[in-house]
Amino acid sequence: MSGISFIELYVFVLAAFVGYQVISRVPPLLHTPLMSATNAISGISLVGSLVLAGADYGTLATWLGFIAVTSSSLNVIGGFLITDRMLRMFKRSGSKR
Amino acid sequence: MLDTAIQLAYLAASVLFILGLKGLSHPDTARRGMLLAELGMLMAIVGTLLKHEIVRYEWIIAGIAIGGAIGAAISIWMPMTAVPQRTAISHMFGALAATLVGVAEYYRHAGAIPHVEMAALGFEVMFGSLTITGSFMAFGKLQEIVKGAPITYRLQNPINISLFFVTLGMFAYLIFQPANQHVFYAMVGLGLLIGVFIVMPIGGADMPVVISLLNSYAGLASSATGFVLGNNVLIIAGALDGASGFLLSVLMSRAMNRSFANVLFGAFGGGEQAAATLRAAGEKTVRPITAEDAAIQLAYARLVIVVPGYGMAVAQAQHQVAELAEMIEKRGGTVKYAIHPVAGRMPGHMNVLLAEANVPYDRLYDMEDINAEFENADVALVIGANDVVNPAARNDRASPIYGMPILDVDRAKSIIVLKRSMNPGFAGIENELFYHPKCSMLFGNAKDSLVKLIGEIKNV
Repeated sequence: MSGISFIELYVFVLAAFVGYQVISRVPPLLHTPLMSATNAISGISLVGSLVLAGADYGTLATWLGFIAVTSSSLNVIGGFLITDRMLRMFKRSGSKR
Repeated sequence: MLDTAIQLAYLAASVLFILGLKGLSHPDTARRGMLLAELGMLMAIVGTLLKHEIVRYEWIIAGIAIGGAIGAAISIWMPMTAVPQRTAISHMFGALAATLVGVAEYYRHAGAIPHVEMAALGFEVMFGSLTITGSFMAFGKLQEIVKGAPITYRLQNPINISLFFVTLGMFAYLIFQPANQHVFYAMVGLGLLIGVFIVMPIGGADMPVVISLLNSYAGLASSATGFVLGNNVLIIAGALDGASGFLLSVLMSRAMNRSFANVLFGAFGGGEQAAATLRAAGEKTVRPITAEDAAIQLAYARLVIVVPGYGMAVAQAQHQVAELAEMIEKRGGTVKYAIHPVAGRMPGHMNVLLAEANVPYDRLYDMEDINAEFENADVALVIGANDVVNPAARNDRASPIYGMPILDVDRAKSIIVLKRSMNPGFAGIENELFYHPKCSMLFGNAKDSLVKLIGEIKNV
């Protein structure tokens, strides 16, 4: 565990701000893929889970880490796949069916 | 040196995530954007695996293999109508991962955690745990394992609010006394309980708001994990997810003209009020129409506006809708689709289903863009939508949905409603549109009715 600095708070606030700006330009048409995409992206908790599952922190930590790795990779892989499956379906009129 | 490389990989991943989401601002750039986000994820994972703390890989490989296989299987074979359930359950998995990481951090330091870190950790497990059970309840309701209608009992709100404040009190106490393990685990337990209680009274029609809120919580829990672990890419990705969920829940609430508090504590569609309006409506009559007559109207219409709702999703009728539209267009008519922001069970639900049925996305119109066109429409075809076309929202101050922006279906020259029966919708509110002189009702399962319409229109 590392000390929390003000820089991290800056990172959070600025990222949330950028996120709000970027996402407010996503049309309602794509709101479902947006949700599954952000879901996949927030599967980034995998990064924390990996350390837990792979480091030598004791049996319980390893087990919790294993469950966490399983859940977050389910989200990452499943999330990106379903997002792409949905996005593939959006076609303009006149395009090949 | 290695640490620098890892940090650079994280930085690149963060940038790629933002660029990926930026791609979603247009259907043409969306898939490329997602490729960027996937690349970012890969970089973050590879960077993490290089960390010197990681000494064994067997559990990591097993976890990724099992989780990946389940995730892939669900995504490939799941029907598109199940997207809301899948989304709800994935919020659960996201929150579960964040909460477990938090609990493990607390456990391995045996509570010897500085105050500021404890604040982040407490936030992580509190929001994480209530998102786990809340999302599971939402999943259960959408999958119809749990009764979908609001479950209410006496003193529900006071109980929920006091539970919430007790948990918040424990959180505050832990910041000052991080070593008290009993309080920590009790807080996790209460968080899990709150998740169940808070979603239990919420009805299906409010699911778009609930799913978006849970999305936001799952993101915030991930972000808090980033604070706990001192990991910026986690903070950023969590913040993006949190912001997205927050924005969507604001948009959804606005589309229902309700506040968060009202959605969470309102238990929409409860018994008494709805029953009263029902009785009053008993004297009015509706005009049933046969498939044959409806087909004639549709066949000679120049402009048909289709208004899909949850009923279309339940009947899995999107392909028949598209087929009918194609037949109308072959006869020279134009078909447009009017999509209300809260039609269905999650944001954008109808768009995805219609896209699946090969409806070109430029035929799908948002509420603001289509409302002015209803007066030119020869037929407004309402398929399994109810509350989003209820004129009471515009003119009945006593109605629980008064003030909600609706699709102005009643301005069309004629209206055909496909509906299973005269039972009121999920919200339990009587819809005066069905008694409108211009409105006729085609009763039956949406899919069967559409098949009949397709058959009849061929003979016109």
